[in-house]
Amino acid sequence: MDEHCIEAVELLYHYLDGELTDARRGLIQNHLDDCPPCFQAYDFEAELRIVVRQKCRDHVPESLMLRVAAALRDVEGDEE
Amino acid sequence: MADQAKFSDLAMEYMPSLYTAALRMTRNPSDAEDLVQETYLKAYRAFGGFTEGTNLKAWLYRILTNTYINAYRAKKRRPEESDIDDLENFYLYRRLGGLEGATAGRSAEDEVLDHFTETEVKEAIEALPEQFRMAVLLGDVEGFSYKEIAEILDVPIGTVMSRLHRGRRALQKRLYEFGRQRGLVPEREGTHG
Repeated sequence: MDEHCIEAVELLYHYLDGELTDARRGLIQNHLDDCPPCFQAYDFEAELRIVVRQKCRDHVPESLMLRVAAALRDVEGDEE
Repeated sequence: MADQAKFSDLAMEYMPSLYTAALRMTRNPSDAEDLVQETYLKAYRAFGGFTEGTNLKAWLYRILTNTYINAYRAKKRRPEESDIDDLENFYLYRRLGGLEGATAGRSAEDEVLDHFTETEVKEAIEALPEQFRMAVLLGDVEGFSYKEIAEILDVPIGTVMSRLHRGRRALQKRLYEFGRQRGLVPEREGTHG
């Protein structure tokens, strides 16, 4: 680990969240291109993000959709 | 000034993601359904104040989280939500043996991720203390920016970053525990790299 690796570890989430300035982002990108261990670690975090997003989904029960649609029709009716 | 007649056309498509968030927040399908319905009714009534062309999904989430905080949270007796442990970055990756040596292509560490089930991921999120859970849901599951999360939760951006980053590391710790229980990951001492 050199100083660039330490910076990359610190800025991991800012980078993955797209919350760095272009200049800072470019510096990290250059480091990741040159440093396979950091690249792999970043890649793991990016994959984990995808796994969390994909595996945290629920189907809306149809009964809920119908219930909300009916409730909205009721309040619309009240206001006319 | 938004037209209320357009509300259903514009807002209904967000129900799957609102329902997912409601389930993770309430941890109970019946409460989650009530929360979603109440959110839509409140949003409909408030829709005149919504500026068309701005972020409707974030606006709906703000109503959802406020409704949850004001109503549903109060119903439940919860343990004191003290701060979670301060964990290091790459918590899970380090424990899977990463940062020790890089290999080409998709790594063995990445493949471990495929083995986590939906139930484990959902339970890991639901186990987070509430403030961290909401930040992780908004940031990682829904992909809102720091600024959007700050507006939805009505907290400063620095607070969003702190909750989100710490929540993620706590989530990794929980996933690591699931992985160990199922023998997906080795027992390891300390940290590496």
